Amino acid sequence: MQRITREMLTSKAISLLNDGTVSAVLGWREGEFSYDLTPSLFYTAEDIEQNFVFNDFCGANFSKYLVTKTLGIEGKILAFLKPCDTYSFNQLLTEHRIDRSKVYVVGISCDGMADISKIRAITGDGISSISCEPDGLKVQTIYDDEPKTVSYEDAMAERCICCKSKKHVCYDELIGEEGEENPDCNRFGKVAELEAMTPDERFAFWRGELSRCIRCNACRDVCPACTCEKCVFNNPNSGAENKAPATSFEEQMFHIIRAFHVAGRCTDCGECSRVCPQHIPLHLLNRKFIKDINTFYGEYQAGKEVGSRAPLVDYTTGDLEPGQVFEREGM
Amino acid sequence: MRKSLLTSVDSIFSKISESMALFLPVDDPTGRANYTRWEEGKKWSEALNTVKSPKDFFFPQVEDLMKFKVSGKNIELKNTAKIDEDFVVFGVRPCDVRSFDVLDNVFLSEPRDGYYAARRKHGIIVSVACSKPSETCFCHTFGIDPAGEYGDVTVWKGENELFWKANTEKGEKVMELISEFTESCDDNAADDIKAKIEKIAEKLPLRNLSAENFGGDKTDEYFDRPEWKSLSESCLGCGTCTFVCPTCQCYDIKDFNTGKDVIRFRCWDSCMYSEFTQMSAGQPRLTQLERFRQRFMHKLVYYPANYDGMFSCVGCGRCLKSCPIHMNIVKVMKTLGGKADE
Amino acid sequence: MSEIFEPLVPKLGVITEIRAETPDIKTFRVVTPDGEKPFEHKPGQCAMLSIPGVGEAMFSITSSPTVKEYMEFSIKKCGCVTEWLHQAEPGQMVTIRGPYGKPFPVDTEFVGKNLLFIAGGVGLAPLHSVINYCRANRDKYGRIDVVVGSRTKSDTLDYDEMVNEWAKEDNFGLHLTTDRSTPDWDGHVGFLPAFLTEIGFDTDRIAILCGPPIAIKLSLAALYELGFDKTQVYTTLEMRMKCGIGKCGRCNVGTKYVCKDGPVFRFDELDELPDEY
Repeated sequence: MQRITREMLTSKAISLLNDGTVSAVLGWREGEFSYDLTPSLFYTAEDIEQNFVFNDFCGANFSKYLVTKTLGIEGKILAFLKPCDTYSFNQLLTEHRIDRSKVYVVGISCDGMADISKIRAITGDGISSISCEPDGLKVQTIYDDEPKTVSYEDAMAERCICCKSKKHVCYDELIGEEGEENPDCNRFGKVAELEAMTPDERFAFWRGELSRCIRCNACRDVCPACTCEKCVFNNPNSGAENKAPATSFEEQMFHIIRAFHVAGRCTDCGECSRVCPQHIPLHLLNRKFIKDINTFYGEYQAGKEVGSRAPLVDYTTGDLEPGQVFEREGM
Repeated sequence: MRKSLLTSVDSIFSKISESMALFLPVDDPTGRANYTRWEEGKKWSEALNTVKSPKDFFFPQVEDLMKFKVSGKNIELKNTAKIDEDFVVFGVRPCDVRSFDVLDNVFLSEPRDGYYAARRKHGIIVSVACSKPSETCFCHTFGIDPAGEYGDVTVWKGENELFWKANTEKGEKVMELISEFTESCDDNAADDIKAKIEKIAEKLPLRNLSAENFGGDKTDEYFDRPEWKSLSESCLGCGTCTFVCPTCQCYDIKDFNTGKDVIRFRCWDSCMYSEFTQMSAGQPRLTQLERFRQRFMHKLVYYPANYDGMFSCVGCGRCLKSCPIHMNIVKVMKTLGGKADE
Repeated sequence: MSEIFEPLVPKLGVITEIRAETPDIKTFRVVTPDGEKPFEHKPGQCAMLSIPGVGEAMFSITSSPTVKEYMEFSIKKCGCVTEWLHQAEPGQMVTIRGPYGKPFPVDTEFVGKNLLFIAGGVGLAPLHSVINYCRANRDKYGRIDVVVGSRTKSDTLDYDEMVNEWAKEDNFGLHLTTDRSTPDWDGHVGFLPAFLTEIGFDTDRIAILCGPPIAIKLSLAALYELGFDKTQVYTTLEMRMKCGIGKCGRCNVGTKYVCKDGPVFRFDELDELPDEY
């Protein structure tokens, strides 16, 4: 359960709107069920009072929205950013994609978000309501008379289980307690497992996963590192435009090319895997790059500092030779 | 009506597979179901529905239409499509069977789409009634009965038995094929199952969602509604909703140069994509608002206008489960249609 | 067995002649490999041309249905397929399928009427087949006027044909204007809409408008000012198309698909559609 409550956020939002600090609030709008919240801009106190929601299903990363939402608005936007979101926000500032003066960042502490599909796997389908109680999520289904309790641990999204940091790297104001970085999060555990496979096993693993891809582009469109105004894959003049793979080889290439493109800029927010309708663990491709960069160039966390030079775009005489990368084991 | 033991279902699948390809929902390692070709060892999924809809069988995500050989100024054309083998799709839910009617209106109206027509001719649909609907189901809104008779054969799944009813000649043939595993039973044998489904369906949270405020004559009423702005504001412009949707039928035709030949293929396209309507001369749908509006106006107004009032949505709920920002047709209908009465 | 899958499978065609009309418009003559006209069509209808590996695109058929030997397309260089066509040479094969779309009502609503054709730039291309069809069936129609606005004289499509053939006929008025004055031009200089007002046509006729969106919009305003009614004015719409048969889903304006319900629309019909074209 989140220690931050809805009331903390709505009262902050309303007071900042009323005193003119911000002209809009980026928050979560209530849905049909308890878990289907939609990121949304709120312009009035009434709208916030009626429709603003904060609960354990507020996983969406708001940073990328600020790229476009700050363009069409007078004044500042209030953005509630979780620690992981602030890394993406900083990375976008580094890439000059957001005008910092247009955003009022309220950092909010986060206790890890829930994943509805994990809950569904426990309770079964037909979830009519979920309430976040101190002892767990009370899940009412149409098949049961009494609600079932799912512990926060069991419901927690994979990306939150190995959360890299509870510390905000950017904010104007903070609600809740500031946390710490978590170097022992074991986020590279699965990557190490894949590295330990034989090349054939690893190839089979990725083929199996990527064969489910329906090429909806949700991973790309949600990714805060993918902010090209016209992606090469939907530019008819690029020569690489395609909506569908002409061969299965191409399907694998799409994701690998994308992983290369965001290498060194990916903050490991995990949105790509969250939105994938086929639950392909796309974040593992990005984590592999992060792990390699750490190994070969020293620890680097994209988004930690605004303006930092990522190792892949920063030449130093100490850089390792290509051959050293090529000859290592466990590629 | 005939019945079979649930334990004999793999033998039935094996029997069908002997004479034609059989596809059915099978769980992948993450626990999600997708249609898969049956072979020894594949287990029929318990899931309510597949991530990708069965429209793939008749309107595949990618299909080669023809092949060209280009040399200098010369072009040779080869029609490469070959669709002449029967196949069975087992486990199609009533909503998805209805989606074929929606697609039929488009692809089988003149001029008929030959590729789609050939697949429809060779495809045999075995529907399975929904014993466990999800909160995201709203097929009732479009007059679909989760316990009803759809497809060439309908199957109702009980605790230990399956009940089978052939609805068409094609269905009779399948029933004949598996007759050694089934025995005749009373026509009312599945009534208990149907009643149970109906009782559950009454409890569905979207049970009362109505489409009556939408229809072919409503362009003026909805096109300029200010709510489109807030509804579409967070849309990522991805194609998830359109690609999991059983009724979305927009496509692109593209050429792929293999180096030896040029293959002209057709693939799913999405009205949510900016380049969908991009011309050298201009862009009629400039922002995501126009693209978002197009998708829902098409389903709730334009399609009914062109096809006798039928809606281009079957309430399967896939978009409710898959949209990265949880925006969907139910929210659109409630936001726009709810206020139309005031 | 090989089934025949109409209608997405095209016919083969050969470009037998290419004429440079203006600096950026060329006219392409297309026949089948046997030297026949690919198919019959009606005035205002379109066809899908493609070069495999380059792409397929929709073009209005410029030649009149009364021409039985070939089909012609006047094409402006403005995109991938058109740029490729512009560098092609006679003998180049293409693929062709059609005809697509609803034609101009030349055998119904136009019969017995005076006709006023108004074209801006390459907008003359789709009207060319209609005008020549009407000329070929001269006694079915009243007076014909053609007003064409181009950037300069050298940008004027079909100049020779218009001046040497059309303008010499009875009961036919040709009115040309150019946006800019150039040394080779001694005719009217000024924008198309203002030119219409200047000529001041009576409303006892049907007007057919074709051209870039801005020319259509302002010319329509000029016609309204002259007293024309929406039910008297026709135009054609242009949208991105892939199938040409109302199935691929992208060329609709509200409930209407431009590829099959258009491209010809009367302005009162357009008024009933949402403003998204």
